[in-house]
Amino acid sequence: MCLAVPLRIVEVNGNDAIAEHDGVKMKIRVDFIKDVHIGDYVYVHAGFAINKLDEKLAKENLELFKEVADAAKIQGL
Amino acid sequence: MQLKFKDYDKMSNIVNYLRNYNGPAVKIMEVCGTHTMSIARSGIRTLLSEKIKLISGPGCPVCVTAINRIDEIFELAKRHDTIIATFGDMLKVPGSKAGFNLSMLKSQGANIQIVYSAMDALNLAMNNKENEIIFLGIGFETTAPGTAVAIKEAAVKCIENFSVFSMHKYVEPALRALIESDDFDIDGFLCPGHVSTILGIRGFEFLVEEYKIPSVITGFEAEDILVAIYKILNQITGDNPSIENEYLRIVSYEGNKLAQNMLNEVFYPDDDLWRGIGVINKSGMAIRNKYSKFDAVKKFNINLDFVDKSTACKCGEIIKGKIQPDECKLFAINCTPENPIGPCMVSSEGACAAFYKYLRF
Repeated sequence: MCLAVPLRIVEVNGNDAIAEHDGVKMKIRVDFIKDVHIGDYVYVHAGFAINKLDEKLAKENLELFKEVADAAKIQGL
Repeated sequence: MQLKFKDYDKMSNIVNYLRNYNGPAVKIMEVCGTHTMSIARSGIRTLLSEKIKLISGPGCPVCVTAINRIDEIFELAKRHDTIIATFGDMLKVPGSKAGFNLSMLKSQGANIQIVYSAMDALNLAMNNKENEIIFLGIGFETTAPGTAVAIKEAAVKCIENFSVFSMHKYVEPALRALIESDDFDIDGFLCPGHVSTILGIRGFEFLVEEYKIPSVITGFEAEDILVAIYKILNQITGDNPSIENEYLRIVSYEGNKLAQNMLNEVFYPDDDLWRGIGVINKSGMAIRNKYSKFDAVKKFNINLDFVDKSTACKCGEIIKGKIQPDECKLFAINCTPENPIGPCMVSSEGACAAFYKYLRF
């Protein structure tokens, strides 16, 4: 039920926006997103963007995977 | 943005560690139904040491909707001038009469429309002025802000044939009820990633500050879940219960203030009935008086019944983590996804449906 998918914003008009993934477009609302721009990635749940996906934070997330994997490797020895 | 969240090489180290884990036996609860599905689909359970048990929690909104509410929905659906607008998850949920559901009512002529957003329900109201449109508000803090926007917009635009039957619920009171129950024996929580997107890390600090339970907010890729399990184990073995955020890319400390404000503007906490758990104080999102014109409970005088009806189905025990789906006598014999007896089998995110699909053999 709380599924949310990352989509890319292609049009913005006030609180209405069009977001797409792989050419599939859907109408969404962006009431909960400050400063939304074309090209932004947002997580969409039940027709509403619930947050922006920040590229810098996404990279930090991948860093975290790596840190945990390295730590697990040492612990697993 | 090309970011690779599926990385087998990195994960194999974590999987090896979790497979060979030989510390204290632990029970970890995934609170969220979407996690239940991710865990089942990815086969994570089969990768873990026998000492690590994953238990599904009360985080499937369809599964925790009381039988009484389902019966009340059926009564609304029978009204001749009414269109019920609902997420598809609700169509096959049985009420107190076995085998009877919204889908059957639809085949008997009731006007039931599946929508993907509360805004779709509002549009239905604008385009069908001669009908009453009742939107079934199901979901936790991830879903409810959208419903709140629809209610607020209905008020602004004076769309008088639109109302919401709010069965929305807050996650925190349910977790507190679970933790404070007599036989609670969960050692760690995988906290719901998208509810946390709205509430922030703050929204789950109580798990550690008040109850000292190791907790990790996590995303929905198999990798997210593996990393989170590893972190919970480290908190347990290091005797260092904390609230950690693994879902860095979307969850912040404060959460989404705009969504929180919208929730508070339209809803207030009221006592609510949870299937299999009973009444939990201040756990339901009731619609504020300011918006009472759009509250289906008031508009149609729904007499909310607060007695938790029990059935042979053990969903209530399953969502509290007391038993696994295959310990219910009905599981896979009388109760299957094609013929579901209880909501945990109806909802694709229910523990029984996930277990049936991925773990039966």
